[in-house]
Amino acid sequence: MIFEVFRQEKKGAPFTHAGSVAAPDATFAQAFAHEQYGRRHESVALWVVARDAVHEVTDFHDELEKTYHRVDGYSLKAKLKEARDRAGTTAS
Amino acid sequence: MTERAQRLLEYADDELILGWRDSEWTGIAPSLEEDVAFSSIAQNEIGHARALYELAARDLGTTADELAFDRTPDDYRCAPLVELRKLDWAHTIARHWLYETADEVRLAALKQSDDPEVAGLAAKMDREEVYHRLHAEMWADRLRGEPRFENAVAELWPYALGLLSEELRTAFSERVPGTVPGTGPVERGVHSDELRPLWEEMTMVRRSVPGATW
Repeated sequence: MIFEVFRQEKKGAPFTHAGSVAAPDATFAQAFAHEQYGRRHESVALWVVARDAVHEVTDFHDELEKTYHRVDGYSLKAKLKEARDRAGTTAS
Repeated sequence: MTERAQRLLEYADDELILGWRDSEWTGIAPSLEEDVAFSSIAQNEIGHARALYELAARDLGTTADELAFDRTPDDYRCAPLVELRKLDWAHTIARHWLYETADEVRLAALKQSDDPEVAGLAAKMDREEVYHRLHAEMWADRLRGEPRFENAVAELWPYALGLLSEELRTAFSERVPGTVPGTGPVERGVHSDELRPLWEEMTMVRRSVPGATW
């Protein structure tokens, strides 16, 4: 079985994907992850998750190019400049 | 030699030689993950040996390196259990599990020692040994009931007894189901034939340039 390992670098930091380990069960996976991603004190905590338990979502279609659904559909910079110009407070 | 130095050397030699034997799996363990885990455990054991040698070296007016590498094979005080060359996973796990189980008993006793240096070092080592025990237990659980593993445990049991002084053997036996403390222990003091080849290899580089500063 493959287990995905997420590690936390310091307390309060977000967990980030570190890599994966192959192991026969969760106990082995935890022990292996402990060595692979923790033995040099590079992590304060690990999440070890069976790959099967991860539900991946990849279907992000936008066939009709509805840019108004996307962040890049709005040019904030240009809008901000216009607003500032109107208010006469152009940023220096 | 003081009683304290003698006990420290026995323990240090056990850890050094076992660490050496376990490191023979580096690169050829059953899986990549296990290779990393077992090699790391081997390194820890050698690190523990160094700490124990350093304490003994102070008492004896020498250095940890000299104790580890400049003695003749006959001077080593390790138990024969750790000397055996067992490049077979069932035997390796049987030895690992027996050793860690015995070591837990030994460390528990040392943590109660009146000698604050020994008690302090034992407490430090014990914190790392928690992982070793977890690793040994998970493998023993996985292999339990397999004839190769069970036979290896039975074969190595008399050797494992030799790790501990007599007063600790009952506590050890209670942790290993189906064993009794008195079954013909293979004691320290007489080495197996397998120590000398190990020693030759282990000290080869150091002996190649006597007195060098590395």
